[in-house]
Amino acid sequence: MEFLNLVLLDQIRDILEFPSFFFEVVFGGLMSGVMYSLVALGFVLIFKASGVFNFSQGVFALFAALTLVGLMTGTMPFSLEKSLPALPVWLAIAVTFGVMIVLAILVERIVLRPLVNQDQIIMFMSTIGLAFVLEGLGDTMWGSGVKALDVGIPSGNFMVGEIQIQVFDLWAAGIAAFLVVVLAVFFQKTRTGRALRAVADDHQAALSVGIPLRNIWVVVWSAAGLVALVAGIMWGSKSGVQFSLSLIALKALPVLILGGFTSVPGAIVGGLIIGVGEKVAEVYWGPLVNGAIENWFAYVVALVFLLFRPQGLFGDKIIERV
Amino acid sequence: MFYRESGQFKASYAADQAVFPIRQDQYGIAAILLVAFFVIPYMGDEYFFQAIMVPVLIFSLAAIGLNILTGYCGQLSLGTGGFMAVGAVACYKLTTAFPELNFIIVLLLSGVITAMVGLLFGIPSLRIKGFYLAVATLAAQFFLSWLFNKVAWFQNYAPSGTITMPPREVFGVLVTGAASNAMHRYLFCLIFVIVLAMAAKNLVRGPIGRSWMAIRDMDIAAELIGFRPFQTKLLAFSVSSFYVGVAGAMALSLWLGSVETAEAFDINVSFQVLFMIIIGGLGSMMGSFLGAAFIILTPIVLTNVMVGSLGFQAVTAKHFEFMFFGGMIIMFLIVEPQGLARLWQILKEKLRLWPFPY
Repeated sequence: MEFLNLVLLDQIRDILEFPSFFFEVVFGGLMSGVMYSLVALGFVLIFKASGVFNFSQGVFALFAALTLVGLMTGTMPFSLEKSLPALPVWLAIAVTFGVMIVLAILVERIVLRPLVNQDQIIMFMSTIGLAFVLEGLGDTMWGSGVKALDVGIPSGNFMVGEIQIQVFDLWAAGIAAFLVVVLAVFFQKTRTGRALRAVADDHQAALSVGIPLRNIWVVVWSAAGLVALVAGIMWGSKSGVQFSLSLIALKALPVLILGGFTSVPGAIVGGLIIGVGEKVAEVYWGPLVNGAIENWFAYVVALVFLLFRPQGLFGDKIIERV
Repeated sequence: MFYRESGQFKASYAADQAVFPIRQDQYGIAAILLVAFFVIPYMGDEYFFQAIMVPVLIFSLAAIGLNILTGYCGQLSLGTGGFMAVGAVACYKLTTAFPELNFIIVLLLSGVITAMVGLLFGIPSLRIKGFYLAVATLAAQFFLSWLFNKVAWFQNYAPSGTITMPPREVFGVLVTGAASNAMHRYLFCLIFVIVLAMAAKNLVRGPIGRSWMAIRDMDIAAELIGFRPFQTKLLAFSVSSFYVGVAGAMALSLWLGSVETAEAFDINVSFQVLFMIIIGGLGSMMGSFLGAAFIILTPIVLTNVMVGSLGFQAVTAKHFEFMFFGGMIIMFLIVEPQGLARLWQILKEKLRLWPFPY
């Protein structure tokens, strides 16, 4: 009974006594969940269309954010001198998106094309290599210090009842939701979107009805680049553009396990669950074991989840044939 | 002209099945061993042992461990750093709790403890594979480094949070601790690694190794022809973790001396070892050594050339190293998925025909 008190009842009592604090924790969790969802979304897009598990998605976000900051401050790549004219925000974002598209084309040319028909696990390892290349490249081009990023998203906070809410978080959630809607429309309603889904379903069948596989991959990696850009802007404005940004990619892995590798709604819901779960666990159960359980909570949840439902909440059932 | 087996007749089954069936190979290995045992100890200085030879040997052992799991059994693991941490902590706890225990036994027991932990984290492998399993092993990595960082018992309640290896002797020779001679540590490492590598080589070319490879090539088919996937995979997990754990224990005791566990064995170590086996060659003992040497030596060479000769900043060299390794990984996966070991094999085949290839 005493043990039960320690690990369960005390926490529940806490929650019931100060519900507003609990909601604040949940809200904070939801917000970091949105960030996880954004990165996970990039994973899902690429996985659905090419069966490649893109480990470098988080580094994409870092690279996009670094490029954006570099352009906005007028930094000359590689020399780190501020010798170029500083670009306005909208132009910088547009140019960065352009850079991400070029990157997508290069990735398709240099990495994906020679590796067509390889094992998924080989592709996965090649994206680990890609992550290292991009990380080194981003740091060499734009310097490795922590940089502030301000794209003019309003900040400040207001109170709803007793709960404090950051305006920035609301904007972030709004932009993320907008992005998801745009992607959903793009996937469901446009010609390219239909082609993308066909490729996701069956590479060979798609090829045989004349869908240009290579262009599709470029499109998908560009879309993932866009998602990475948005994620990079969000994280970057919140906590500065720095190396740790690429670590959220690792956090997105359990999100995917939870939501399923092939499901866009799964990525969103999984991200929110992980975000809330780890914050609540950290605040209420962390003190029991000296804290910092945020670091592994998500992975262990994913591990337990894998044992019971390997395909995730919304993923397609995994069928294996000999 | 010199490298061919014509005229070397095998009179017994054992001779035919030897690890090095060709006489030239035997001479080559003997020469390498002679150099390693009798020349290097007298040539090298403190820096050479501490910065190059000892880490190369230790990481070779870790790479052999991961190669057993990933290269031979096909189960990708990103938790190598975490398991090395288990080995290091187990070694520390054992040797401080039982100071009288022979250091060799301490090392082996650390491996056994790591094997048990590995077994635990290998259980999901029955249901999941590929990068799903990679995530499960990531869980091991993060959970273990958190555990060793936060639970003071694992550090014997040291206020600094670091674990420091006390001096230990093997057969009257001091091999660990700050006072020990780097050459002695190197020789101890060498013997240990050679023995364990031979054991691994014989394991992977026997029935157990064949069952691992069957699971790797297609697990459903392997199951249908009678291999038990669960036992086979778990065995691979535990043997692999044993090697990785011993490597971790050696990294603490013979190389680093004093570590902050979560820092020294972080996720980057996992990637480093993974890179070693990709570049060296998946499913090759030779490759584990070549890969470890490559990954350990490249940064040293790069830093020396870029910072020392070309005058770059150390930070730039570090970033360049990142790009270089990433690029190498992609290049090897595309051009030569079998890694350096395969290049060596091709070279040998070419040598057999040289200089008259037609």
